[in-house]
Amino acid sequence: MFKKYNKAAFIALQSIIIKEITRYFRIWVQTLLPPAITMSLYFVIFGQLIGSRVGQMGGVSYMEYITPGIIMMSVITNSYSNVVSSFFSSKFQRNVEEMLVSPVPTLFILMGYVLGGVSRGLLTGIIVTIVASQFVDININNWAILIVVVILTSMLFATGGLVNAIFAKKFDDISIVPTFILTPLTYLGGVFYSIKLLPEFWQSVSLANPILYMVNAFRYGFLGFSDIEIVHALVLISVFIVSLLSLAYYLLAKGIGIRS
Amino acid sequence: MSEKALEISNLVKVYANNLKALKGISFSVEKGDFIALLGPNGAGKSTTIGIICSLVNKTSGEVKVYGHSIDEDLEAAKRCIGLVPQEFNFAQFETCKQIVVTQAGYYGVPRKKALIKAEEVLKQLGLWDKANVQARQLSGGMKRRLMIARALMHEPKILILDEPTAGVDIEIRRSMWELLTQLNEQGTTIVLTTHYLEEAEQLCRNIAIINHGEIIENTTMKDLISRLDVETFVLDLDKMPKKFPDIAGIVFRKRDDSSIEIDVPKQSDLNQVFNHLSKEKIKVLSMRNKANRLEELFVQLTEKNAEASHV
Repeated sequence: MFKKYNKAAFIALQSIIIKEITRYFRIWVQTLLPPAITMSLYFVIFGQLIGSRVGQMGGVSYMEYITPGIIMMSVITNSYSNVVSSFFSSKFQRNVEEMLVSPVPTLFILMGYVLGGVSRGLLTGIIVTIVASQFVDININNWAILIVVVILTSMLFATGGLVNAIFAKKFDDISIVPTFILTPLTYLGGVFYSIKLLPEFWQSVSLANPILYMVNAFRYGFLGFSDIEIVHALVLISVFIVSLLSLAYYLLAKGIGIRS
Repeated sequence: MSEKALEISNLVKVYANNLKALKGISFSVEKGDFIALLGPNGAGKSTTIGIICSLVNKTSGEVKVYGHSIDEDLEAAKRCIGLVPQEFNFAQFETCKQIVVTQAGYYGVPRKKALIKAEEVLKQLGLWDKANVQARQLSGGMKRRLMIARALMHEPKILILDEPTAGVDIEIRRSMWELLTQLNEQGTTIVLTTHYLEEAEQLCRNIAIINHGEIIENTTMKDLISRLDVETFVLDLDKMPKKFPDIAGIVFRKRDDSSIEIDVPKQSDLNQVFNHLSKEKIKVLSMRNKANRLEELFVQLTEKNAEASHV
């Protein structure tokens, strides 16, 4: 697939990734610190204070139960917000033109932004895991599933952020999706509870929430159990990734939202 | 391989709001040329540049950069171009060095080489002491120079500058002129749009004038200037003559108590004017063009085109 691209394209990709990483490290107080603080609060309030009264869930303590979901929540939010804000700022300040006038292939622009988002998603995931380890013993049941799921989920939401940024015309447009779609879906995606606790009707409704599959697959990597089949989760995430990547590629190649 | 740096044929651009910004323009630029692309605001200059640099999608027509068609070999065409846009479009929170090194990376320049080139280019533009300063902290003139530095990082064959000296003081403008002349002498083809017609006259060998989406003039600067029928000079005198001489074709006007204006048809004998003033024992302290010569022609041409388009 990459044979037709020369070395220059890979140097360009490296440049985009370095630019993206430098950006979020430059503003680490806005990007890397908040997840550590917010997630610490989740662990203290939901894990220790309320969790001690909830008792066990799925055969483990409530704190252990919510840990994978909380980590996944920060991965999803940060992968998405990194790309949506970075790409939209580039559009707004018009420095996206630096890339458009240069010979960087569209595929590499797409990969650069997605990988930049993935790097922040994974880094905040690691930070939150370190925070979690202060409250609960972290045991990994299946490293392979854990890594595959976190990377794919991060890619998926980084791509989603890019599509959002391509269509966005003002700053409001980049906060609508995270506020009104992403946050409710994440909270209803089984981060804090097992869908088995819900009435049958709401269990079926929950199955339409893609984040449920990601959180549960990730929980399987940690704890070895899940509300849904892992294969179903992996297939669903893959289908979403292919669809969103194709859409993002099409939009970038056509110059929609970035060329007159 | 084509001998042209830039070939534009029948280029049409119709925007989504049905505005026909370009109505099938054609012109070419020789390799190593220094050409001015002039026109009033909204004439189609920036659209033309946008299409050449792939920032604007054309409606129809053909553009070739050093023989590479932007439809068939866009990447090769892009590699030849360095663009200095009209508006500041770099990431304001990045440092000068980060901006130019990243840009070089987009063109495939390895990071180590890019860092060396960055030092060379930033020094050339007098920005090396600001290498680690965020772009937003630079003055207007420095920002303009940073945009030129960025465009030079991949050593483009053709440099396109869209009003690079707008809002820049005369000292910096002159140092930019020197730099552009030097780059052109080294073989870089330069396309310049500017509102300072004096700048175009001083720097460019050829000129294309665009108005209402059409090329209304494409010739050498020399040819264009030679079309001026009358030139007006301002003479500062030590005292005013009692009466103006009667010299065929030359019109005198009093400007103020110590200066006069004279309209001189092409190839008239200016010595007659000086002889007369000498006879009257009046010293000419200084003499200058009343207005930029090119400006007069530009106004004439664009007005004529506007009249024609209203018929």
